[in-house]
Amino acid sequence: MLSLDMFWNRVIPALNEGLFFSLSLIIPSAVIGFLGGVCIGALRVYAPPAVRRIADFHVGVIRGVPLLLQLYFLYYALPKWGVRFSPYQAALLGFILCSSAYHSEYIRGALLSIRQGQVKAAYALGFSTLQMALCIVIPQAVRRALPGCGNEIIYLIKYSSLAYVLTFIELTGHAKELTARSFHYIEIYFTAGMYYLAMTSLAAWLLGLLEKKTRIPGFGAQK
Amino acid sequence: MNEATQQTPVLEARNIGKSLGGRPILSDLSLSVYKGEMKVLIGPSGAGKSTFLQCLNHLITPDTGELLLNGERISPANKGELRSLRERVGMIFQDFNLFDHLTAQENVSIALVKVKKMSRRDASLRAMMELERVGLSRRAGLYPAELSGGQKQRVAIARALAMDPEVILLDEPTSALDPELVGEVLAAIRELARGGMTMIMATHQMDFARALATEILFMEKGAIIERGAPASLLAPGAKTRTQAFFARLVAEESAC
Amino acid sequence: MQESILTICEAMPWILEGALITIGTVAAAMLLGLFLGVPMAIGQIYGNAATRGVIALYVWFFRGVPILVLLYLFYFGLVYQLNPLEFSLFGMQCSISLALSPFAASCIVLGLTSAAYQSQIFRGAINSLPSGQLKAARALGMRDFEAIASIILPQALRLSIPGWSNEYSILLKDSALVSVLGAMELMARTKAVATSTAEYTAFYVSAALLYFLITWIGLRGLRYAEKNFRIPGYSHL
Repeated sequence: MLSLDMFWNRVIPALNEGLFFSLSLIIPSAVIGFLGGVCIGALRVYAPPAVRRIADFHVGVIRGVPLLLQLYFLYYALPKWGVRFSPYQAALLGFILCSSAYHSEYIRGALLSIRQGQVKAAYALGFSTLQMALCIVIPQAVRRALPGCGNEIIYLIKYSSLAYVLTFIELTGHAKELTARSFHYIEIYFTAGMYYLAMTSLAAWLLGLLEKKTRIPGFGAQK
Repeated sequence: MNEATQQTPVLEARNIGKSLGGRPILSDLSLSVYKGEMKVLIGPSGAGKSTFLQCLNHLITPDTGELLLNGERISPANKGELRSLRERVGMIFQDFNLFDHLTAQENVSIALVKVKKMSRRDASLRAMMELERVGLSRRAGLYPAELSGGQKQRVAIARALAMDPEVILLDEPTSALDPELVGEVLAAIRELARGGMTMIMATHQMDFARALATEILFMEKGAIIERGAPASLLAPGAKTRTQAFFARLVAEESAC
Repeated sequence: MQESILTICEAMPWILEGALITIGTVAAAMLLGLFLGVPMAIGQIYGNAATRGVIALYVWFFRGVPILVLLYLFYFGLVYQLNPLEFSLFGMQCSISLALSPFAASCIVLGLTSAAYQSQIFRGAINSLPSGQLKAARALGMRDFEAIASIILPQALRLSIPGWSNEYSILLKDSALVSVLGAMELMARTKAVATSTAEYTAFYVSAALLYFLITWIGLRGLRYAEKNFRIPGYSHL
């Protein structure tokens, strides 16, 4: 059994450090990934057919291939083409590409679900296209996409552990290093699992709160 | 009323034509509405009434013809002119089209803030005033999903009125309503007519048209095939298409 | 260029063998998830408070912890820390070997995780059935167990096929993670060959194509099943 002393003085500080590195990946990927997803989702609905097809293809590729393979590609294959990333950069880029593709699915569905009458009514009142998009379409679409996008952020928290296979030592990486020295696999990995569980639960709680805060009668999530 | 406004129509449409996929939907429609008038468009569904109304504020772009607002020609290619046309021409839709994510009051005030650039405070005050006018000030904080159909349509009327439009287009404003809710909406429109609002309205409500229309235009297959004052078109024994159409409507209603 | 094509051709049989292991892993995990997920869904809907609580805890845990951490926890924990499991029973010294192959450990971990997700798919399907179905079965004198087995499940499982398709493609992608345990499936073999030949792009792209192909075949199969088992008047969730 792992001694309590070692647990508090060795394991927890190391995992806390790992947590910091994990968050340094998760937070920017979540924010940029979401914004990217909004852009790609909008392109997939409103852009001219050629652009739409390219965006659909991009999303199809990212959603069809394991994230691990994408990360390996970014980190190991691209240097041969002269593009070199640090492990952090490769992981960040991989997560952003991946989650923006998934977000774009929900955004696209939400945009398609907005009734034409909403747009007509805005134009009839003299709104410009930009005003119509900002005041009518986006507030409605974001609400519809929120549950799906929230799930996506929770997935991102979990998949951030993959950064470790690119040798970026975050939470999982720190746990692995600890076990390599102490052999207390169960205690250490279980504790690391609790860290992730805390992150995902906190995110789920915050997203639920956000959903409740922005809830409007008669405005369900998209199916 | 001075001479000039008497002579210039508030809104004039000249030779509007529109076809879709090679099939003509509207052919050569012209109409002038003067201040305080109410023109009523009548006709079977599919006659093009709704399309024609949406051409009048360029929600649908007509292929041919031109629009004049207070005698000034609107060039639809100019986006600013187009927006100002829409700002000055109000529209009421058959299925309300309230903004689903905004409260009744916000539905009325949002265009005041965004289009008329009013301060938020003034806009909400104005919105409250307009809701009061249609008898809904106590529902101001509710969302569209929490309102009945009749209430939704009255909010839509308040939303259009708040913009101080020079003319309002009404596209079958009571068609999507349950029969018992039609009355409250017609009452609100009657109130507008009494206040001298200029309106063009598509409707199937015969009594309403008879009582309030300055002119009835009967449309079929995208063309106006009969027009005249209700007194002449609906006179007993007039044998007009309009009369026959209404007779059939009444027969269908009583058959139900 | 020609050389790289030759290298790929040489390595392809070995990689395709890995693809078969990937398919085996996914199939095993799907089935384990199905056999655990169905009772969990039923327990969560019809069970008592304690049952519901335990299942909810299970689902919460497996949906909140990364698969990578679960793989390490399960594989290293069992194989290196608890193995061999020794205890005394009636004064006899017992020893059980927990030495799992990476393949077996992967199937179990992916299956346990999938059970958490699949239980929610089935739960949604059961909840979407009209409540009259169970009442009608009870009115005919069926016991609850019979009613669930012969009336509720046949309907709910049909409705679950679209959710299952989704779960399949997620599981297939997650299966790449088991390469970190040294299970020599598609991802692991691709990485090994790519590294040793330095033909990264070619091998990663061909692996991507293989993943697409496996996804496509599986989804076609599920769509076929959906069509084949369709009952008139039932559409998916």
